[in-house]
Amino acid sequence: MAMKENVKKSFNAKAFFTTDVITLLAVVVLYIVIAVLVYTGSASRQISNMLISISCYIVLAVSLNLVVGLLGELSLGHAGFMSVGLFTGCTIAVLLTDKLPMAVSLPLCMIIGGLAAALVGLIVGLPALRLKGDYLAIVTLACGEIIKNIITNLDIDGTPLNGALGLDSSSIRHSATDLLPFAVVLVLLTMIVMMNFKKSKHGRAIMAVRDNRIAAEATGINVTYYKLLVFVVAAFFAGAAGVLYGHTLPNIKPATFDYNMSIEILVIVVLGGMGNIGGSIIAAIILRALPEALRDFSDYRMLVYSILLIGIMLLNENKAFKAWKSQFSLVGWVKKLLKKKQTAETDAPAEDIPAVDASADGKEETK
Amino acid sequence: MIQFVQALISGLTLGSIYALIALGYTMVYGIAKMLNFAHGDIIMIGAYSVIVTAATVGMPPVFAVLISILVCAVLGVTIEFLAYRPLRQSPPLTVLITAIGVSYLLQNVALLIFGSEQMSTPMMFDIPDLTIGGITVDGITLLTLGVTAVIMIALTLFINKTKVGKAMRAVSEDKEAAELMGISVNKTITITFAIGSALAAVASIFFGATYVYIKPTTGSMPGIKAFTAAVFGGIGSIPGAMLGGILLGVIEKLSMTYISTLWSDAIVFGVLVLVLVVKPSGLLGKAQREKV
Repeated sequence: MAMKENVKKSFNAKAFFTTDVITLLAVVVLYIVIAVLVYTGSASRQISNMLISISCYIVLAVSLNLVVGLLGELSLGHAGFMSVGLFTGCTIAVLLTDKLPMAVSLPLCMIIGGLAAALVGLIVGLPALRLKGDYLAIVTLACGEIIKNIITNLDIDGTPLNGALGLDSSSIRHSATDLLPFAVVLVLLTMIVMMNFKKSKHGRAIMAVRDNRIAAEATGINVTYYKLLVFVVAAFFAGAAGVLYGHTLPNIKPATFDYNMSIEILVIVVLGGMGNIGGSIIAAIILRALPEALRDFSDYRMLVYSILLIGIMLLNENKAFKAWKSQFSLVGWVKKLLKKKQTAETDAPAEDIPAVDASADGKEETK
Repeated sequence: MIQFVQALISGLTLGSIYALIALGYTMVYGIAKMLNFAHGDIIMIGAYSVIVTAATVGMPPVFAVLISILVCAVLGVTIEFLAYRPLRQSPPLTVLITAIGVSYLLQNVALLIFGSEQMSTPMMFDIPDLTIGGITVDGITLLTLGVTAVIMIALTLFINKTKVGKAMRAVSEDKEAAELMGISVNKTITITFAIGSALAAVASIFFGATYVYIKPTTGSMPGIKAFTAAVFGGIGSIPGAMLGGILLGVIEKLSMTYISTLWSDAIVFGVLVLVLVVKPSGLLGKAQREKV
């Protein structure tokens, strides 16, 4: 009873600090630290540039997580959506270079690129209505390769598109210091949209379709609509991330966005934990920073990377390791802290806090 | 007409290579229910093994081929034992990512040993070209088609007539029930990996003989195409993999000849998407009925 009164009287820390909020706050704090380092010049240019690429990968992984984690379908064509957005958005950005300032043209092009990718997502989503499992995976892979092939053959005069040679994006290339605010906004926006989407009526409907399509259909959920919705939303964010990514490079070759890149994004999602947004972020940072950190090993770095990848996957299945890992959960730690504080304030029994929350939603926990 | 027949024959050759690789994918999928992404890279290892034994050491071709098959089979079994066996009870995606890790590992080991420069496969088979009515067929093409046909017949007989083949079919049907019948599931899976990898080695020999140049990433594109072929024919189905592989090769070569080399990949994958939309479980795959 004492607990309830406390809830009414003051700001309820327990209800406020949900897993999502803690994750968001952690990312905000991280970006503040990064911003300080970048703008004071403490971070080298190489690291600053990597930050933008990591941000793009976070958006890609979080959006792919919608398809893989929430809808439960394997997609191997996410890089295809990214490249549609990139080549549409960046082409327009190049054409607009002298006409609009970067602060206007970049968000505008991100939206245009995202919409173009969403349209392609709708088209790719159509076969998804009839297929599932490995068959759907191979169709998304095929669609990604078709997209790559089409862009490779686009050589239009008057545009910066040069077929296989790629897009000459030197005029829209910006330094990490210019791009960081846009990257931060994009990442936070993606996170907020995905978190709310997951909790919304739509998110619940999608999870119902994942768990049992027939039962979901029987309760009146429009499976066709939701499956397409997932592909469209995921493609939109991948496209927007692609436009940002395109602004970091002097030249973009369509061949870069092949199935290997899609797989790279999928690895981040699986490593971070399916349907777990915080996990995707951590995995994106680790997997993108790892090759850089292993630079000292030069020739051996991809070898070490692959061994680590196999090792992590094998370890993740190990029960003892899972238990050991869960003590490093940030969300679990904050919740424990709140629990302690509340117990001290109100003498309320600890059972009030659902014990499952702290461990099952733990940030590094794989589902 | 001559052009069409030439394209058809080169399509059949490429298709045979795809089919041999696709068989490995489909057998492993049928029995272990996993997508072995590293399968494509076993082809690359097989091709390098031939280069080392035949060109560097100078062994006679027959030995080089046998050693390549042995190396691949042992490699396949080792990978299964070290990386996939601990994950037998894990979700399919975990196994998939591990397989991707193994694929990276094989590519990078090859990169460290052989470097990123492409190496050329030695000429091992000296078979005269055959000319019938103005159509010339390479000796190596004849050999590829002949050997593939023999292997396919032998494999079909092996699966359907022998005791081990029966065990493989039983495991793919129902693992628990097979175990209760006294079949060792682990042993059956090991045999499947050995056969699949040995077939990949055979494919690598023909691949090397036809396309000559090998680099550490050589395996990945034929691997993906063969994987596509396996799904095209209906994954898990052995005749499906053969049909899917050959059709894919023929479509690829015909579209290269008659439409455009630049668009051949888009056409191959486009046909795949269309076929799967019409027939969601592949050409010869069993349609799974959903139960409520």
